[in-house]
Amino acid sequence: MSAKIIVSDVTKIYPGQGRPVVALDRVSLKVPEGEFVCIVGPSGCGKSTLLRILAGLVPCSSGTAAIAGGDRGKPLHSLVFQEYAIFPWKTVLQNVAFGLQMRGVARPEREATACEWIGRVGLSEFTDAYPRQLSGGMRQRVGIARAFANDPEVLLMDEPLGALDAQTRLILMDELLHLWEADRKTVVYVTHDIEEAILLGDRVVLMTARPGRLKAEFTVPFTRPRGIEVMGDPAFAGLSYQIWEALRDEAIAAMGPRA
Amino acid sequence: MSDPHRDRLLALGAPIFLVGLWELAIRTGVLDARFFPPPSLVILTFWRLLTDGTLAAHTAASVTRVLAGFAIGAAAGLAAGLALGTVRSLRVALEPTISALYVIPKVAILPLVMLIFGLGEASKIAIIAIATFFIVVINTTAAVVGVEPLYIEAGRAFGARRLQMFAHIILPGALPAIFTGMRLALGTALIVIIAAEFVAAKDGIGYFIWFAWNTLRPEEMFAGFIVIGALGMLSYEVVRRIGRRVMPWLEDDRPRGGRVDHG
Ligand SMILES: Nc1ncnc2c1ncn2[C@@H]1O[C@H](COP(=O)(O)OP(=O)(O)OP(=O)(O)O)[C@@H](O)[C@H]1O
Ligand SMILES: [Mg+2]
Repeated sequence: MSAKIIVSDVTKIYPGQGRPVVALDRVSLKVPEGEFVCIVGPSGCGKSTLLRILAGLVPCSSGTAAIAGGDRGKPLHSLVFQEYAIFPWKTVLQNVAFGLQMRGVARPEREATACEWIGRVGLSEFTDAYPRQLSGGMRQRVGIARAFANDPEVLLMDEPLGALDAQTRLILMDELLHLWEADRKTVVYVTHDIEEAILLGDRVVLMTARPGRLKAEFTVPFTRPRGIEVMGDPAFAGLSYQIWEALRDEAIAAMGPRA
Repeated sequence: MSDPHRDRLLALGAPIFLVGLWELAIRTGVLDARFFPPPSLVILTFWRLLTDGTLAAHTAASVTRVLAGFAIGAAAGLAAGLALGTVRSLRVALEPTISALYVIPKVAILPLVMLIFGLGEASKIAIIAIATFFIVVINTTAAVVGVEPLYIEAGRAFGARRLQMFAHIILPGALPAIFTGMRLALGTALIVIIAAEFVAAKDGIGYFIWFAWNTLRPEEMFAGFIVIGALGMLSYEVVRRIGRRVMPWLEDDRPRGGRVDHG
């Protein structure tokens, strides 16, 4: 399989006030076409930074990050933000159609596509609502629909379910699995939830506490298509524990020195 | 406990009670009727001036000046503020000067404005335009600079180019704060026009009040105060309604939770 995403030796240093912050330290990662890779790491280890670099929003200090273009004339990537970042002044429809609009897709066509995705994330009756009228879970559905509707080569998702309650998360994880199943795009998915990573991913990549480096990676053995029932599989608990073992020291390190 | 009927009764009853108290104070000689005309007289005077068209003529003169000056000042302030907010070097070059000029009370430069624009309408419109300009330009600049960076990032992530970024993200993101500036500016324009008309006009509500003072007719002054109060409330309401129209996303048109009606 050809690599869709190649990150090699990426280092990111934020200048910051006073002393510079090393957010990423020589991170290398290859993601084959069609793979769903999950990145797990403690808070502040540079996960969002890595996605922002892939999305071309911040430059890296050294190294290279590249996404291989396709021949479809489609955008390279779409990002689902950790903080939703859907526009309060646009309706659900306008938000979801935003990427298409920026690319000059004609109105009837982009609205048809947007409506389709709004339907798939179950928000049809809120098509003309403004974000302030939606709950947190509904807002993030809009953020997800906005990225999918843009039909990119690669989906970049930054803790899309991070701010939601446990039940809503489970439901949305299941929905995400189904949405992804439809055309199996290449995905880089950041989360701090180990079970979420195993449930969704083909591969789980672990990062160290800041400065973020790659620490370990795990292949998820469950076949596709899958649903939340794999969480009941004994192998699920086994892998989950294995990853937690590897993550624990980093999580403690991330909390800083204790007296 | 909140009972909307009782609340309304209180909100209406309290001022009526105070006015009654005022009338009583004058009738009993506690307040000097030469400075504080009894409310009954104020109301009668107000009614007379309203029906004979005196108030309408003066109000029209003031409102025309305010609208003309506000339109010019707000348009210029908006354009300048959008430019300053978007172009950093422009901001660095001009912001200190604008802030310094902003703090000068606009009434203070009225003599200068009259020197330049003469004694006619132009000087009144100019002083309103100047007062409006500074408030709008400062608020608009701050509004543009203050647009949540996350939304700008989201715009970039989805491929918005310069003009698209401006139309789809910067402008709507800045709009609420721009409107706050407009509302402030209109309030100030009302203050400034009254002050300007005190000294430099032959009509207008400010002139009317000043003239009433000169001719020792306090009840007419009070009639003028009523007009100013009404104008203030009206302008506030008009800006609020336009704001709701232009920014429908700020309106909560779906009452839910939290709002419990005990009526
Ligand atoms: N724009 C910035 N300027 C300066 N420092 C930054 C900036 N963005 C992030 N950082 C720093 O870089 C480090 C990594 O941040 P990042 O947001 O990538 O972490 P994260 O892994 O996504 O954390 P979380 O799980 O809490 O979202 C942090 O120490 C953060 O303080
Ligand atoms: Mg993050």
